[in-house]
Amino acid sequence: MNAPLRKVAISVLVLFTLLIVNVNVIQVIRAEGLRENSRNTRVLTDEYGRERGAIVVDGNEIASSVETDDTLRYLRTYANGPLYAPVTGYYSVLFGNRGIERVENDVLRGTDDRLFGRRLADLFTGRDPSGGNVELTLEPAVQEAAMAGLAGQVGAVVALDPSTGEVLALASTPTYDPNLLSSHDPAAIRAYDEELDAMETDPRINVGISERYPAGSIFKVVVAAAALASGDYTPETVVPAPQDYILPGTSTDLQNFGNEPCSPTGEQPLIDALTISCNTAFAQLGIDLGEEAVREMAEAFGIDGTGFDIPLPVEGSTIGDIESDAALGQTSIGQRDVALTPMQAAMIAAAVANDGVLMNPYLVESIQAPDLTVLDQTEPEPFSEPFSEEVAAQLTEMMTNVVDEGTGRRAQISGIQVAGKTGTAENAGPDHNWFIGFAPAEDPSIAVAVFIRNGGGTGGDVSAPIARSVIEAHLQGGG
Amino acid sequence: MAAPVNGPGTDPRAAIAPGTAIPTRRGTELLLLGFAVLITLAAHLIIDITVTGSPGTELVTFGIWFSALWLVAHVVVRRFAPYADPLLLPCVAVLSGLGLSMIHRLDIAGTQLGGDEPTSVDAPVQLVWATVGLALFIAVLVIVRDHRALARFAYTLALIGLVLLALPAVLPNSEINGAKLWIRFGGFSIQPGEFAKICLIVFFAAYLVDKRDVLALASRRVLRLELPRGRDLGPVLLAWVASILVLVFERDLGSSLLLFGIFVVMLYVATERASWLVIGLLLFAGGAFVAYQLFSHVRVRVDTWLDPFAYADTGGYQVVQSLFSLGTGGLFGAGLGGGRPDQVPVAKSDFIAAAIGEELGLFGLVAMIVIYLVLVERGLRTSLVVRDGFGKLLAAGLAFSLAWQVFVVLGGVTGLLPLTGLTTPFLAYGGSSLVANFGLVALLVRISDAARRPAATATSTPAKLTDAPTEVVQQ
Repeated sequence: MNAPLRKVAISVLVLFTLLIVNVNVIQVIRAEGLRENSRNTRVLTDEYGRERGAIVVDGNEIASSVETDDTLRYLRTYANGPLYAPVTGYYSVLFGNRGIERVENDVLRGTDDRLFGRRLADLFTGRDPSGGNVELTLEPAVQEAAMAGLAGQVGAVVALDPSTGEVLALASTPTYDPNLLSSHDPAAIRAYDEELDAMETDPRINVGISERYPAGSIFKVVVAAAALASGDYTPETVVPAPQDYILPGTSTDLQNFGNEPCSPTGEQPLIDALTISCNTAFAQLGIDLGEEAVREMAEAFGIDGTGFDIPLPVEGSTIGDIESDAALGQTSIGQRDVALTPMQAAMIAAAVANDGVLMNPYLVESIQAPDLTVLDQTEPEPFSEPFSEEVAAQLTEMMTNVVDEGTGRRAQISGIQVAGKTGTAENAGPDHNWFIGFAPAEDPSIAVAVFIRNGGGTGGDVSAPIARSVIEAHLQGGG
Repeated sequence: MAAPVNGPGTDPRAAIAPGTAIPTRRGTELLLLGFAVLITLAAHLIIDITVTGSPGTELVTFGIWFSALWLVAHVVVRRFAPYADPLLLPCVAVLSGLGLSMIHRLDIAGTQLGGDEPTSVDAPVQLVWATVGLALFIAVLVIVRDHRALARFAYTLALIGLVLLALPAVLPNSEINGAKLWIRFGGFSIQPGEFAKICLIVFFAAYLVDKRDVLALASRRVLRLELPRGRDLGPVLLAWVASILVLVFERDLGSSLLLFGIFVVMLYVATERASWLVIGLLLFAGGAFVAYQLFSHVRVRVDTWLDPFAYADTGGYQVVQSLFSLGTGGLFGAGLGGGRPDQVPVAKSDFIAAAIGEELGLFGLVAMIVIYLVLVERGLRTSLVVRDGFGKLLAAGLAFSLAWQVFVVLGGVTGLLPLTGLTTPFLAYGGSSLVANFGLVALLVRISDAARRPAATATSTPAKLTDAPTEVVQQ
């Protein structure tokens, strides 16, 4: 029996050699990949073992790390979670980070280069390393008014300070509670994730910046800007405004909202055409201006198909390919392939409000060290200058008229001059409802875009009142 | 490669040379045991200091108890099996010591993270089980003075083995993690399969040594293989069916694979016919294929084995976590108490090897595998040297069962093989496994004592004595 025994002994040696070779492969060759795998919670534990920086709004921490007795030492908690969720995002053991938690992760966890000196000091003083704070530009009252206005609907509100580009509100509904995704209980996180997945609209998607929608009549502001900037038009220039307009080269009959006439005479001043949002007038105006003029103006606003960061990534807005004059006619009233993010819509209003200078929108006011010393402050920068101060004044006059006498009446605030433009965009479902505007018209301190997805009503009925309450919240806040 | 079994001075013929005083090597054993205890206590101390900042209060109690355990074992071996292989016991001591340290480390993992309470207190329980294991070890050495006596109880042991094996399948409430391996009473559960394994190995040895001549008969040659006669296929088919039954009714992939593998290898050793290995392999392949087709739990295991990361949140979670643990450990490991082995599910039992790999690194893990290798090869050498056929087969079966189990478990933990749910002998948390394996080692110690005992005092019959050299010549 000894011959087979020796063979068994050798076989055992071979089996064990296999084990040892395999362990070598895992612990040496694959080690780095395994160590850095995003599912390897050791990295997480390490990260959760440090105090993560806070996200601050108006001096208050809206996201902060609280020490616990859990395996993961610090628990991320969100004061007023659902209110700020579209901005803060979450910090989840299972699903990673989203929102500011994601884009400012390096600062918050303390690995950003701007915190290098601090890290070095921690090393020598033996202080527990902790992350830096991110202070946002949001105004709590404005954000609250925005979320309150959107309640029960799918939509977004973006409010900007037109003179700086500061984002005063970035609201999106439906919202969710980031606390529940950031807990330390995987089962609870999964349960909440499934609950969110089951909803018709995923609340984790920020409607304000992550999706673009048919713009409808708010795009007429861009066409009007192109007309005024051409020098051939003033608000008083009389333009054709028939009841029906057959798009050139087609038999398509472009009609006004409710198929109503814009004017008994079939023509009207440009200011009136915008005030009542006359489709036939703007379709023809766009065609008269030509594709190049309309596209140039749109691109000057940033509508060029490419996205940008605020630092949350903003999806690019577009006016699409315009193949023919007929297409240009439809484009000029914000239909066809025109698709804007609510952020982009707010930027249109902001450009008008800031005398034709569009400022770079930004959400992060400053980056602070854990001891609140400011490490980096965002300086306002112009994004573009789509038109002159004079054109801006003319557009302001026209948009003021929209709110005073036209489709935007429900945005009126007593004692405050509000300028705006409504939009009711056709799509496969019920109409989308838009309103863009700013106030006070003579010295604007807030520009706002309100978007209700498939609201079914008109921009004037559904969105303008929300804009009004957001503007009121800002003005009452002393801003 | 064959060096360990052919070392100088250990040749069977040298061992029986007249007039030479055979060294018992008990002093070596004591020295090595002391070394094993030292390693264990050092590990404990390092863990306490790293995790909690100061030596635990129970360290002294543990140290005394653990040292006493091996001192008693040594004294018993000195008295009842003076010629036993001096390496067997130290290997077991260092493995179980390492296991106890790691279990203690995982116990206090909670304290590490700012908690006041240890996560659990399993190490003292395991120490009690080690003590029970030692009692069994002593009992076996005291009662079984001559291993050949066991052959007489072969069929009784077979019956006990089969009953133990079948028990969890028929008892209610035996399921843990999908496999029915447990008998529970009170707050207390044991895994009878571990004991069944030993009973069945004893039976296989007795049965095969009895029938080896018949089973070795060849009918015809095919491709250089001497095929057995068709009617002699009975036993291997029976073992195969029993393994399949274990798989079906207890969903225990590990035990099924373990028992069938042991049987086939013992059959091969007994008959010296490689054809049995081929037949065993074919039966295994057939069984595995059918099982894969029929049972979802087998399919899940195989799928997650092939690509654990694709099932990282479900079936592959454990293996993926184990790989993370090992990968993070790297070459040198995070140091005892420095890693996060508690993140791997069931780190104390099924995945204790991953915990060792994480904290002691590649070097620690390979050292551990080599200790197992030494233990197994010493067992196989005992088999090579012992003079009677039953002892040979029994030692081979026991040693190979250890090797096979370690291979299947570590292969599972490292992703080389599908996960089986077998326990790492001596190392893993779990009373049944520890106690049963102490019994197993007691048998190996007993046989190795017979193997190294000088011929003059050996009790084997002359007929058996002449057997061994003949076989050596044959090879």
